[in-house]
This record gives sequence, C-alpha cells and structure tokens, in this order.
Amino acid sequence: MDNTIDIKDRIAAMEPSAVWSDAGDGMFRVPVSSFRGLAEKLHNEGFDFLRSLTGIDWGEDGLGCVYHLENTATGENIVLGTADPDRENACLPSVHDLWKGANFNEREAYDFFGIKFIGHPDLRRFFLRDDWKGYPLRKDYDMSLNPLNMENEGNEDMAPSYEMTSDGSYILKRHPLFDDQEYVINIGPQHPATHGVLRFRVSLEGETIKKIDVHSGYIHRGIEKLCESCTYPQTLGFTDRLDYLGAMQNRHALCACIEKAMGLEVSERIQYIRTIMDELQRIDSHLLFIACLCQDMGALEVFFLGFRDREKVLDILEQTTGGRLIQTYNTIGGVQADIHPEFVKKTKEFIRYMRPKLKEYDDIFTGNIIARNRLIGTGVLSREDAISFGATGGTGRASGWACDVRKRHPYAMYGKVDFKEITFTEGDCFARYMVRIKEIEQSLNIIEQLIDNIPDGEYQMKVKPVIKLPAGSWYTAVEGSRGEFGVFLESRGDKSPYRLKFRSTGLPLVSCIDTIARDAKIADLIAIGGTLDYVVPDIDR
Amino acid sequence: MFDFGILTNWIHTQLTSVMSEGLAIFLECVIIGVLLLLLYVIIAIIMIYMERKVCAAFQCRLGPTRVGPWGSVQVICDVFKMLTKEIITIRHSDKFLYNLAPYIVILASVMAFACIPISRGLEILDFNVGVLFFMAASSIGIVGILLAGWSSNSKYSLIGAMRSGAQMISYELSVGLSILTIVVLTDTMQFSEIVMRQADGWFIFKGHIPAVIAFVIYLIAGNAEVNRGPFDLPEAESELTAGYHTEYSGMHFGLFYVAEFVNLFIISSIAATIFLGGWMPLHIPGLDGFNAVMDAIPGFIWFFAKAFFIVWLLMWIKWTFPRLRIDQILTLEWKYLVPIGLLNLLLMVIVVVFKLHF
Repeated sequence: MDNTIDIKDRIAAMEPSAVWSDAGDGMFRVPVSSFRGLAEKLHNEGFDFLRSLTGIDWGEDGLGCVYHLENTATGENIVLGTADPDRENACLPSVHDLWKGANFNEREAYDFFGIKFIGHPDLRRFFLRDDWKGYPLRKDYDMSLNPLNMENEGNEDMAPSYEMTSDGSYILKRHPLFDDQEYVINIGPQHPATHGVLRFRVSLEGETIKKIDVHSGYIHRGIEKLCESCTYPQTLGFTDRLDYLGAMQNRHALCACIEKAMGLEVSERIQYIRTIMDELQRIDSHLLFIACLCQDMGALEVFFLGFRDREKVLDILEQTTGGRLIQTYNTIGGVQADIHPEFVKKTKEFIRYMRPKLKEYDDIFTGNIIARNRLIGTGVLSREDAISFGATGGTGRASGWACDVRKRHPYAMYGKVDFKEITFTEGDCFARYMVRIKEIEQSLNIIEQLIDNIPDGEYQMKVKPVIKLPAGSWYTAVEGSRGEFGVFLESRGDKSPYRLKFRSTGLPLVSCIDTIARDAKIADLIAIGGTLDYVVPDIDR
Repeated sequence: MFDFGILTNWIHTQLTSVMSEGLAIFLECVIIGVLLLLLYVIIAIIMIYMERKVCAAFQCRLGPTRVGPWGSVQVICDVFKMLTKEIITIRHSDKFLYNLAPYIVILASVMAFACIPISRGLEILDFNVGVLFFMAASSIGIVGILLAGWSSNSKYSLIGAMRSGAQMISYELSVGLSILTIVVLTDTMQFSEIVMRQADGWFIFKGHIPAVIAFVIYLIAGNAEVNRGPFDLPEAESELTAGYHTEYSGMHFGLFYVAEFVNLFIISSIAATIFLGGWMPLHIPGLDGFNAVMDAIPGFIWFFAKAFFIVWLLMWIKWTFPRLRIDQILTLEWKYLVPIGLLNLLLMVIVVVFKLHF
C-alpha cells in the first residue's frame, strides 16, 4: 500500500520486534506481547481508523488477527498481524478502547476462532448461537459437532469478559447486561423497521431509550467459511448475496482483489463498464434508502416514488446483466457479457429522467416540516466517533469525515472523472439523508461523463479456467452503496482462498447505534436505523 | 328540501293505529337500531374501499382490481375472511378485559355515529345537549384502547396504549374547544339546530376568521383523535408493529379496524355538520334562483359529499406526511393548538358580542 517505505522505518523505530513480511501487500508481524504497545503508539500517531479486523487461523503460528489501519489525516495505511501460538488458549489484547469499531469485530473473531480478547467488556458470541460448540473458522473444526439444533435459543444476559491479573494469568468475569427492573423490549428479529432479521434488545424508560443490545446472526450463512472450500471463480457468487443493494460493487471488490493478486490489468472498456455499473447500483441503493426511510417514518407515498424510479435503474441493469437484485455480472478479468446495444441510449434517457425527479423528493419530503423536525438534530454521530467506529459511506460523510474510497484510493475510472465528495458536518439523521440525495446527483454526473466515451476493447480478458494465486495476502476496498466494502484475501498458493474476509459495510454502522440512539425516543431509533442504511445480510455474512 | 320527518311521523301514526304507544316505540327502536348498524357497516365498507383506492392513487398504483368491477367486492370478501378467522386467546392475558376491549371501542363509535344528522328529519339522537353527548360518547373509545393495550400482556401493546391515552385525551381538548367556538356562534348545542342556522350561509363563511381557525384546529385535532397518520403513533407499524391491537386476531381485530375507519367518517361528518352546513345546501343570500337549484339536490347527498370530501382531505394528509414523534405530538397540542384554540374562542366571543359575523 501507499507510503510503506517511510512507515517501515517508523515502525522499526517504534517496535524493533515487528517483522515486515513481503508476500502480497505485505504486513508487519508483531509478537503478541508487544502488540498492544505498538497499537497504542500508532493510535497516538494518528492512525485513528481501523479499516478491517480479520481473525485468521495461521496453523502452526497459532490463531491471530490482521489489523488494517489508516491515518485519516495523512492517508497512510498500515497492516499489522499478530498471532498467539497457543491454539487451545489463544489470547490477544483487546483494542476496543482505541478503536470503538473493534468491539464487534473482536466479538466476531472470538465467535469464529475462539480468540479471547483480554479486556473486552462483552465477549459473547456474535453471529452463532450461545450454545454453539467449537469455533467454525478454525482449520481443525469438526463439522459434526453441531447437528441441526431444534431447541429454542436462550437469552444470554450475562456478558463475559476476560481480565488480566497482576501475575499474568486472566480471570473470567460476568456482568449483567440489564438490571432486573429494566423494561426491555425486543425490536426484531421480525420487525418492519429493522430491514431484515436484526434484533435490538432495547431498554426503555417510558419512551426513552436507555441501552441497546444488538443481536445479530439470524441470516448468518457462513459465507467466509464456504469460500474457503470454493475455487476463486466460485467465490464470486457469494458477494452478490452480502449487501444485495451493492451487488455490483461487492463483486467488483472481490474481482479487483483477485486480479491484483494475479497481477492482471483489465482493459479500459472493462473499467468503464464497471464504473458505470457501480454508479447505477449506487443510485438504485440510494433510491431504496429514501423509499424505506420515508416508509419507516410513515410517509407512505414517497415509498412508492422511490420504487417507481428504482424500477428504471433495474430495467437498465436487467437488460445487460439479466439480474435485478442479484446481478452476477463482474468476473475475474472482466464482466460476464458485453453491454446491451441499447444500454447507452437507455442510460442517457434515465439521466434526463432522474434529474427533475430529485426535485420532487425535495418538494414532498425534504421540505416537509414534520420530516425536518423528526430528522434534524436526532442521532448525532460525531466525526471522531464515526472514524473510531469506522462508520464509512454516507453516514461518515454526514459527520464530516471525507471517507469516500473513490477519492481516498481511486480505483477503476474514479481517478479520471470529476465529481464532488458530498460531506456535511451535522452528523444527524437529516445530514445522512441529504448526503444520499446529493450523491444520486453526483452519480448521475459520473455516468454522464463516461457513458459517451466507452472505449472499444474486450469485455473479458483471457484468464485460465483454474486460477491459482501466489502465497500472500491482499486487501482491496471499493466504495459500496453504504460505505467501504473491503476484501481481505490470504492465499497459500492453492486454487481456493486460505482465508477470505469481507469487510462488512453495515457492521460498523450497527455498532454505533447504541452510542447515538441513547436518550433518544423509540421513534428516533427508527429514523436512526433508517438513515444509517444498513443491510442485514451484509452484517451477518 | 324533503323532510324525512314526514315519513317517520307517518310510520309512527300507522304503528300506533294498530298497537299501543309503548309497543310502537319499542318496535321503532329495534328497527332504527338495525338500520343504524346496517348503515354503520355500509359506511365502514365504503370507507375501507375508498381508503384503498385513494391511497393507491397517491402511490401511483391501481389498488384492488380483481374481485368485482374495479375491485368493489374486495372489501366484502375481506369481511367474510375476517369473520372466518380464529380468535386467538393470549396466554397470561386478562381474558375478560381482553375480550371486552373491542366492544367498548365499537360501542363508543356507534353511539357517536348515532348523533350525526344525515338529512332533514333523519336524526337518531337529537336533543338539546347533542354536542355534549357526542363528545362524551366518542371519548369512551379511549377506555377500550387502553384496556386492549393493558390486557394483552404485550410490551408493544402497552406502549401503544399509553401513547394513545396521552394523545387522545390531549386532543379531546382541542376538538372540544373548536366545537365550542361554533356553539358560541350559534348559541345551541343541538345538531339539527346547528344545521338549520346555516340556511343563510355555512358557518365557515358566517363566522369568517375565528371559524376558519376553528375548522383547521378541528381537522388537525380530529385527525389525531382517531389515530390517523401523521398522528397514528398508537399503532405506528414501523415502531410498534400494530400498537394496541398487536395481539388481536379475527373479528376482534376487525372491530378495531372498522371502528377506526368509521371514527374517521364521524370526525369528518361532524366537521361537515358544524362548519360546512351538514345536509344544508349551499345558499347565497339574495340569489334565489341559485338557491332553488341547490335545494333540488337532496340533503343526504349534500351531507355525504361534504363528509367524504373531508375524509379525502384527511386521507391525502395521511398518505403524504411522515409520522410525528410522541413528544412532538404533545408539544403541538399543549403549546400550540390549545392556546390558539382558547384565544380563538375569545375572538369568537368578541365577534358574536359586537355582531361582527355575517
């Protein structure tokens, strides 16, 4: 990644025990004992954004984690890896106090690998049931341990945490999540406002929210585990089923990551098509965002306006890709099929159609006094919190954090087109809503610049049918519909990945909901959830 | 203008000629009761069909089209479906109150419905404190909703019921104040008298500024009173799934559903009665030819046209506006509508005392 030479020297000065390993993007391997100190130093140096935290089973080297850090002020990136060789009792220091986003990510790593994070306040399982046996993403996991369970799942009301004692061992403590007298209400898993099977346990005092406990995993399909037994082309299909409103971008990220690992440069025509498709998908997603937000807030007319316009985007996509929700369009080294002969004409028609429609949304919803009263000033996410949680996408930009991957690490054609990165400073629900409205306009601008100049060339590069990647690890990120979607790929030279991790766009968004919805009303929780714009299959993976 | 009083008096004389006075009145009460319930159900069916079609039009859809011409039989089919569904009893619920609640709601709704003057001589409950009776009868519905929420043993229901308690009791005040403004103008509380006084112009014209303010307040408060969007917090489906009637099924749910729609009609028809002249045709003093043409249209057509116009207005608002939050709803009522309503009442008194009205 960028600026690695300079950083190498600085890391060596900070922590002499850190070893630079060069395979793929490269990373610093740090011993567990010195990891926490290095993390603190880096955090103080300005590495305030934890892009991704990936649990990984390194076999002989033990169980560990890979941390992707970014300095939001300078744009420097760094990758740290650390592992505890004691497989039975793997312990890593928790970094949840440095980067708040690590909280849920560490729970995920505990859930999948059984790594105990010392100092983590609430180390329950996250995606799997509390009575799940074993840790499924470990390479020595026995599939027969967990036959189909027909019992109801209980509620774990005591949060375990592991704390270090002075003699170097650790003790298990349990803290109650809620008091006995608290009025706890379930919002979800079957609830119209959670946009899928997500469950919040909300502690209320009257109408005021005191605490939210997020329960996830109701649509967990173990996609990362599945990928480990699939060949590279087979893994592509899963990405469309993560964030189904960002199918194009997700698949783009995985294809780009594999292409980077192969050292394959795709033709300019492919870059153009991918960029246009990504932006069409973004418009599609943002229109659905507006529709669903309005429906959640009770404005049922606007709901259908959003769907009416989204239909036009889907028609264009369908003509070329054959899919409406699940697009399955990008392939390794290209795209599935060339664009439809009418694609250019229809897309231009859509741009002409869409611009005046944005005014309609402004008239009916943005200017509405009730909508403004409901949205302005509710659910304020500060810039520091947005970075600390890693809440990227429209949510981060509404808080004043210029976090657009298209600008930070330009990929495909984004370096060559002219568009504005929309940022607001308020960080409230209204700013999050406005970011999306304005971004539709910017997406239209991007498409307009590209649509007339799609160069000739092949739409699919020559790729061997069986793809083997060299050993190493790579990370590629794209700007998904609702934030940074990253793919971390570790290869051992086989035809299937050793570890494939998708940086969920929705998980950081949900992790900040407890912070921003406290002391708000139930109705605000619905507005906050709607404007955070998470998609549940993307959180659960 | 045809007076239905002639018809009803004729029936009464015919009956008393063959039986005793007491028996005749008893028989009339039974017939009127049956007719009232029949009309209640017909209005409910029309309202539900209208709601579906109107909301479809606002949402760029067609609404029901399959069953019957333009989907007109759809609602009747739905009623039969609802009747055949199982009424589920909830464990740990307060069985007696749980089963009683929908009937209290429907009882309040029917009693209020009986107060509406539909045409000249077509009034069921019409006496000198009719307005007071209407206010009292329609308020009983709150008890049913609170009971439903309390006895369901569900947290969603309870929050919904508490919301509706806070909301409906608050907005009762504004409804009362705006009706009172018109009572000051007419010095009568009898609905038939209120309509008769509008023969030379509807109150919204006669009472000019204070009447218009009262009309707007009444529409807002009335909308909140019947829990319709943007004030549908007690059953906000994206927050509380279905609010106070979450746990109800079958016809018990159906009763809540029907009562909600008829309450909307009642609120609209009272607005039509006290502000827009009820069944009284549009009369412009001095234009006798015009008035005669207007008189040719029967009163009940005038009444239903006005009532359904206001229903349509409220549906338009419901489907377009987002929902308010509970604290905003109470702020709107206690900090804005009640003070404005009180001042408006004072203004109306001044207008009446100094004879500034038309």
